[in-house]
Amino acid sequence: MLKGKKVIALGERDGIQGGAIAACARAAGAVVVLEKTYCFV
Amino acid sequence: MAEKLDREEVVVLLGTPTEDASRLYAMTVTTGDPSWAGALAGVALQLPVYHVTEDAVKAEIAPADYDEHLALMAMAMDVDAIAGAVRRVREGHDA
Amino acid sequence: MRVLRQPVIRGARFFLAHAPGLVRHGSKPSRDIARDAGVEDAIRGALRPWERARDYAPNQVLIGARHPDSLWDLPRPWWETSPPGDRRGPHGEIGPEEELYGLLKIGDQFDLVQLEAGFVEEARDALAAHPLVAKSDLDALGAGLPGAAIAERLAGPVPAAPLHLRSGRRIGCIAAGHETDQTLAPDVLLENLAAKMTAAMALRALLAGEAIDPGSVDYVIGSGEEAVGDRYQRGGGNLAKAVAEQAGCLGATGVDVKGFCCGPVHALAIAGSLVAAGVFSRVAVIGGCALAKLGMKYQGHLRHGQPVLEDTLVGVALLVEGDDRRSPRLRLDAIGRHRVAAGASQKAIFESLVRDPLRALGWGFRDVDKYATELHNPELTEPSGSGDVPQLNYKVIGGLAALAREIAPADVPAFARAHGLPGFSPTQGHIASAIAFLGHALDGLRGGRYRRALFLAKGSLFLGRMTQMADGISVIVERNE
Repeated sequence: MLKGKKVIALGERDGIQGGAIAACARAAGAVVVLEKTYCFV
Repeated sequence: MAEKLDREEVVVLLGTPTEDASRLYAMTVTTGDPSWAGALAGVALQLPVYHVTEDAVKAEIAPADYDEHLALMAMAMDVDAIAGAVRRVREGHDA
Repeated sequence: MRVLRQPVIRGARFFLAHAPGLVRHGSKPSRDIARDAGVEDAIRGALRPWERARDYAPNQVLIGARHPDSLWDLPRPWWETSPPGDRRGPHGEIGPEEELYGLLKIGDQFDLVQLEAGFVEEARDALAAHPLVAKSDLDALGAGLPGAAIAERLAGPVPAAPLHLRSGRRIGCIAAGHETDQTLAPDVLLENLAAKMTAAMALRALLAGEAIDPGSVDYVIGSGEEAVGDRYQRGGGNLAKAVAEQAGCLGATGVDVKGFCCGPVHALAIAGSLVAAGVFSRVAVIGGCALAKLGMKYQGHLRHGQPVLEDTLVGVALLVEGDDRRSPRLRLDAIGRHRVAAGASQKAIFESLVRDPLRALGWGFRDVDKYATELHNPELTEPSGSGDVPQLNYKVIGGLAALAREIAPADVPAFARAHGLPGFSPTQGHIASAIAFLGHALDGLRGGRYRRALFLAKGSLFLGRMTQMADGISVIVERNE
């Protein structure tokens, strides 16, 4: 479900950050088209 | 930008830390929850959405990458509640 | 690295200003009010009176009147169960909005703030009794203007914003610093003036409380998140020097250190380094309030039938100087830092900020008595779905200890309880990020309750759209023995 897909990575600073999601997605063969980290506080 | 993408090709991965936040963001990228303001607000995108700690996602991530980027947070977050919330939105049970 | 002089943290004070009338000027409320005027009525109907904010147990924790651990035994919701409290505590005070408006006028050197004549006398009476307010301050209040003159100012041509009390009574206005420069708009100047005066009052309290001659402070480092400048230098900065002036530190100069919520911990590391090197001898680290964050999560509070709990501004002042053989020591040899190459995983962040400094000192995770991390009051964050941020962070630290095989995974909750804290800080950004615990930490380290405390702060640099990165920094403070 990731390989060859386009991933939108929506992270949160105190959760899992966008960069961490993106790194995993890329390693799994996806292309990351949007990487964003939110800050709830 | 989401309008230019083919829904078949796109998947949204969330890193939100709580059940509530996960449900909110999942709804935003599916039904378009209007109470959220941001680049994706108000548009019913109907994109497939998963939390990055869900089993279906974990199965496609190499153990080394999982350990480095996700394992620690998976211990600290309530991953079962989060997975349940996102799954319900994905399957259309959460309006 | 050979430390030439061992820096210590001499003290910490917090100045809390209850500001219900200013909630409408918070970023989220003001944007929503601009779209829908009914929001203003909804918010006004849910603002707490002064006594409730004063008594609010998490605020009492921040001013030092009760220990954070005592919150575990106080049933939630704290906004209903808090017992009566005093406005003054060992680590600072909380004051009512009438006094805050007077302080804004006192700190205003450009006639930006105009107060209605009747209200000025009320503010003068209130502030005349304040031990940290001098006659020269009261003189700076002036006589005020008739209500009609305030109305005229609000009508233009220079943009101006009204100032209200919780009741809705308009008591003045604040004008723009320039007819067209958006960086000097009324709301910007209001934010900056509030930051300046809350920091200045915290610094006055710290110097008075520690019986320190203000003239002996030689450097003031600002660490808040406001931007002070004009259109050619939007974030020019050095609000610190304005604070130094307001606190009577005539022998000091200043500078601002910018790091989002990590700013104060970066500033502590810098202050300690300057003292260690002998460049300055007595350095104050200050951080003014975050007015933009008032009412940030008001929607969640209203939805749950709660008062708008984000109604309180907080300024902080810390003092770093050379070893006095009693004040807790700053371990400059174990500053945790999140490097550019470290990456975005929480594992990398917490390894940088917690594991690496501990390893450098040969300590285990349990050798630190208390970790201070994001300390946001869960009562402020849970109604909007943001969860309990401190407990999440403590579980991560516990998880790291488990990965290092120092505790069993099943012991993570007990570790979090023993070495962590319940959240109690208002959502005032850089205030909530670890340093809110400094007052209690210093007490515990001096009094024998603690040997070591580790302060770790994170900064959301990505919000500025210049990088996807976050930042983090940590400092260890230990008993002086």
